[in-house]
Amino acid sequence: MTAELRELYDYRELLVMIAIRDIKVRYKQSLMGFLWAILMPLLIVTAGIIVRYAYAIASKKPLDLTDVAVVATKSIPWAFLVSSIKFSCQSLIGNNNLVTKVYFPKEVFPMAAVLSQLFDLSIASSVLVFLLVVAKVGLSFQILWVVPLLAILIMLAVGIGLLVSAGSLFFRDVKYIVEVFLTFAIFFTPVFYDVSMFGPKGRWLLLNPVAPILEGFSSIIRGQTPDWHWVLYSLIFATLTTLFGYMLFKKVEPSFAENI
Amino acid sequence: MSEIAVRMEHVSKRFRKGELHDSLRDLIPAFAARMFGQTSNHLDTRRDFWALEDASFEVAQGEALGIVGANGAGKSTMLKLISRIMKPTSGSVKVNGRLSALIEVSAGFHPDLTGRENIYLNGSILGMSRREIDAKFEEIVEFSGLAEFLDTPVKRYSSGMYARLGFSVAAHVNPDVLIVDEVLSVGDYAFQGKCVNRMKEVIRSGATVLFVSHNLRTISEFCHRCLLLERGRIVLTGPPGKVIAAYLNRSRSAHTQDASSKPVTISKVTIRNESGECSRFQAGQKAWIDVELTARTRCTKLAVCLFITDDAYQEIFNTSTERLGHGSFTLDEGEVFTCTFELNLNMPNGIFHPSVLIFRYDNETEYDRWEPATTIHVSSEEDVRGFVHCFPKVTRQEIHAAKNLNLAGIAGDTASDRKRTPD
Repeated sequence: MTAELRELYDYRELLVMIAIRDIKVRYKQSLMGFLWAILMPLLIVTAGIIVRYAYAIASKKPLDLTDVAVVATKSIPWAFLVSSIKFSCQSLIGNNNLVTKVYFPKEVFPMAAVLSQLFDLSIASSVLVFLLVVAKVGLSFQILWVVPLLAILIMLAVGIGLLVSAGSLFFRDVKYIVEVFLTFAIFFTPVFYDVSMFGPKGRWLLLNPVAPILEGFSSIIRGQTPDWHWVLYSLIFATLTTLFGYMLFKKVEPSFAENI
Repeated sequence: MSEIAVRMEHVSKRFRKGELHDSLRDLIPAFAARMFGQTSNHLDTRRDFWALEDASFEVAQGEALGIVGANGAGKSTMLKLISRIMKPTSGSVKVNGRLSALIEVSAGFHPDLTGRENIYLNGSILGMSRREIDAKFEEIVEFSGLAEFLDTPVKRYSSGMYARLGFSVAAHVNPDVLIVDEVLSVGDYAFQGKCVNRMKEVIRSGATVLFVSHNLRTISEFCHRCLLLERGRIVLTGPPGKVIAAYLNRSRSAHTQDASSKPVTISKVTIRNESGECSRFQAGQKAWIDVELTARTRCTKLAVCLFITDDAYQEIFNTSTERLGHGSFTLDEGEVFTCTFELNLNMPNGIFHPSVLIFRYDNETEYDRWEPATTIHVSSEEDVRGFVHCFPKVTRQEIHAAKNLNLAGIAGDTASDRKRTPD
């Protein structure tokens, strides 16, 4: 395992180059340019506002700016995760030529997919931070929690990315299964809603490893400390996923060229 | 003893023929069926295709090894196993040093990126660090001849430009072990010359090269040693001339009908000088080639073609009995025909392969061919190169002082118009 990690380190420049390639290709000749990065979060926020508004009417509690800020903040990491998984899925089969004709550690592909989504994440986050500052909402020292939360999310994205990219290579329908899953996953994850809205039964939702992370973001905006027990759970889940994903990936990697 | 750069030990590679389960929708029922005892022919060995069987060889550092064989013999599979794109089914492959495989030089190109961006991308893919690419950037661009198109997306390039850019990047990689799979034939004539020279430089600089090609001339020019693959097995290793001759002979006999079904066959070819049969000649010497043919059935309008190829299998001379004014001949069943060609061997130093072909001259049907029929060695006192010996002599050498030239370029007279002979 260390030999493989060392080899990956040797190819770190290539990882960056492929991520840059993916970013450039996405933005060159694109009508919307960098707006692309905020499109998905924007859609999620709009959907979230509609859901929250309905909830506000049903519960007779007014819709407040903090709630909107919370949805906006959660939409960005969610969009990042969803896009990372989608692009990772495609990352090996879309690079057929390189898989069959050149040697380099192939985990570079799903990792580059995640890295290129990080670029989008940073653009969307900058816009968000700007808006939060202008609206004078959600800013406190809790903001430092963003770093570990994001780190866990990135690790989770990489772990899942490794698994789905290898899966899609061997089984062409994995791509479709993942897409369907991601479409409906938003209902199982506290993006539009908060776990607290479910009362005591809400705890079950936290078993979804993404939930504690998003709940963490929620807490940050409300000026509270995230629940570190559940964050730890996410950390362990993400670490195990990445370890397992990497080992499995490296085990099946030699058969990529003939099965793609 | 030089170090071993590449070692293959008892390597075998199996592929499965037919359609594999490539979706979960197919796999899960098949898996369930197997679990419940209804076995499919998943493990059927008839579906196995062994691309390589028990291949073992070593390449020393600095050696250039050529790999030849018919299509489907296993050459590309062997290269992919060495460059770790695939893993062997059994056996091991060891490579010492940085390896770069040129299997498809434009593989990493992305059509939406510019030439400049693709140079960095492809260079990175082939293993160069960014610093290296920066250092060699000018050279790469110069080699490709595409300086003015660098900032255009490569999807706008012609296929020749595409290939040239790809090869230019690949040619500057400088690995310890270089694998080349049929990529030297890109670009126009001038560019191909550049590629060939560049490869020679790479070999001269001490890199180990594994070279797969159907261009036997290039193989015999570059390689120190050759390896012949036939249906997944290494059947011969040795000097290029020997291995290539074996390859040609085997592919010829694989394609032609066997002797008993040929209407007329070449039965004997000998080459001699005044004293008798020999294989070493002096340039310009006379030689006689005797050809004997045997007819199995009646054949008409026959002629014998004699041609000579050099050691790189380039044809340098070709003639035939009917072109030399002797018309054609007819053979009845069982008849034997003999003829002798008298030649002046005006060739430079080297190894040559006289070859004989029997054909029907009006419809150009070939009945039998011995290529090479024999191998001769020609030596020449004068140091001349090329295909032909013109027996040159320098009859005059002089040195003059420079003459004055007026604008129209007509030489004028000078007072110091003198001659001297060279040292």
